[in-house]
Amino acid sequence: MKHHAISVQDLNLYYGDKHALKDIKIDIEEKSVTALIGPSGCGKSTFLRTLNRMNDLISGVKISGVINVHDQNIYDNEVEVEMLRKQIGMVFQAPNPFPKSIYDNVAYGPRIHGMRNKNELDQIVEKSLRGAALWDEVKDRLKDRATGLSGGQQQRLCIARALAVEPEILLMDEPTSALDPISTAKIEELVQELKQNYTIVIVTHNMQQAARISDKTAFFLNGDLIEYNDTDTLFSNPEDQKTEDYITGRFG
Amino acid sequence: MSQSNRFKRKKTFRNTLEGMIPKILLACAFLSIITTFAIIFTLLSETVSFFQEVPFLSFITGTEWTALFSEAQQQFGILPLVAGTLLITVGAAIVAIPVGLASAIYLSEFAPERVRKVLKPVLEVLAGIPTIVYGYFAITVITPMLRFFMPELNFFNALSASIAVGIMIIPMIASLSEDAMRAVPDHIREAAYGLGSTRLEVALKIVLPAALSGVIASFVLALSRAIGETMIVTIAAGATPNLTANPTETVQTMTAFMVQAASGDISFQSIVYKSIYAVGMTLFVFTLVMNLMAQWIARRFREEY
Repeated sequence: MKHHAISVQDLNLYYGDKHALKDIKIDIEEKSVTALIGPSGCGKSTFLRTLNRMNDLISGVKISGVINVHDQNIYDNEVEVEMLRKQIGMVFQAPNPFPKSIYDNVAYGPRIHGMRNKNELDQIVEKSLRGAALWDEVKDRLKDRATGLSGGQQQRLCIARALAVEPEILLMDEPTSALDPISTAKIEELVQELKQNYTIVIVTHNMQQAARISDKTAFFLNGDLIEYNDTDTLFSNPEDQKTEDYITGRFG
Repeated sequence: MSQSNRFKRKKTFRNTLEGMIPKILLACAFLSIITTFAIIFTLLSETVSFFQEVPFLSFITGTEWTALFSEAQQQFGILPLVAGTLLITVGAAIVAIPVGLASAIYLSEFAPERVRKVLKPVLEVLAGIPTIVYGYFAITVITPMLRFFMPELNFFNALSASIAVGIMIIPMIASLSEDAMRAVPDHIREAAYGLGSTRLEVALKIVLPAALSGVIASFVLALSRAIGETMIVTIAAGATPNLTANPTETVQTMTAFMVQAASGDISFQSIVYKSIYAVGMTLFVFTLVMNLMAQWIARRFREEY
């Protein structure tokens, strides 16, 4: 039995009047891949963004409930949201490298968190790029602009950038939706490697992807968490009729 | 009836208008180009005839500008006017760049949407205040305030004028820089927040560098306006050509001399009359260089996001 990296209780979220997440209760296991699936607008991305408080940046969002990470509620008043986001990294839907060099992209995180030593930075950059399976492709052009990389490389750079601040948890919001099949396969392979060391929560609109790479899957619909189970069980033997309808393609 | 005529163009009003419109638009576009060339031509021809009487070298190296003195004492050394102009421009930059940039950063990265919606239009209205108002503001408010701290200060001085010019161009820097910073896509900001950046770090380390070409272009454009500014300096800086770097002294800028000379009774085709054009040409070269610099900088620092 694995430990719970994240434990969510009675989470409710409102966008103005819209009740976007309803009484969510879920425990996410550490060093595993948890996939969040569901049709557009079901709340899966919104839920993902509650886990590192990215929703704080949107005005009109109200959140209640408890999200414990290592038995500490991340919505406590005394939580410093910058430190939280350092521990819970995020990779976004479309690759979003900074308009800086490849090196500076990866070094940005360690630098803002106080790392000044050039040697240590070099090491972190190399380690992170290796971790994101990008080192061999870019090691000779670290000073080049990151925006000159291909889409798939950019997304792996974004993963490297997230790894560079040494998070424990990695949130991925449809990280392959803007990528071609070959780049997608590389990212999926990478996710399998990363789960040795990181807890990964990934939103995907692609059910085959969820089935391929995740250990557990949560199915969201209209702001409700309908079903949460081992991925194999959820896809082969869903308990809820709505889950079955969705995964067999009857809607969504 | 033959079927082949079904799509034949007919002479309707709609078709005639459609044919004429591009020509009318072209004529409008040409109007300003022709005007520009006409201005440069007049400027050049008068300048050339000025340099037939005054040697070019003594014009650009001379340290005395006494164009309005009697003919025997006339000297045409542009340096005092250039010094006056630069003194005002540098002073204005020192005032306007930090304040304008700080306003832009606040508006783009910190201000709540409600505040921004009010402040930005106000800023743009401020940019529409006639400069003569700033000129009187300089002598009735800024100069007395400065003299409270510096009793020795001349009534007409470069300091007061450059502060007023600086205030005048703050809205321009703030507004254009803010546009450049807002144009940086949000997904880049999200990436920075996702790594644990504070708002200030996002503003200074991510958004500002990404918007740098637009921000620098706004500086250069605003400073071009400061160089060409006439009313404020005519009113507040004085009318004494003065080769100095001391902002507490009375100075005269190139533009202020041109106003002074043109409003006095000088005879057409006299040397003083022609000197207005020579000074105008110098001014034109200054602003042209600034504009070319702005374009070069914008290209050089363009960041593809």
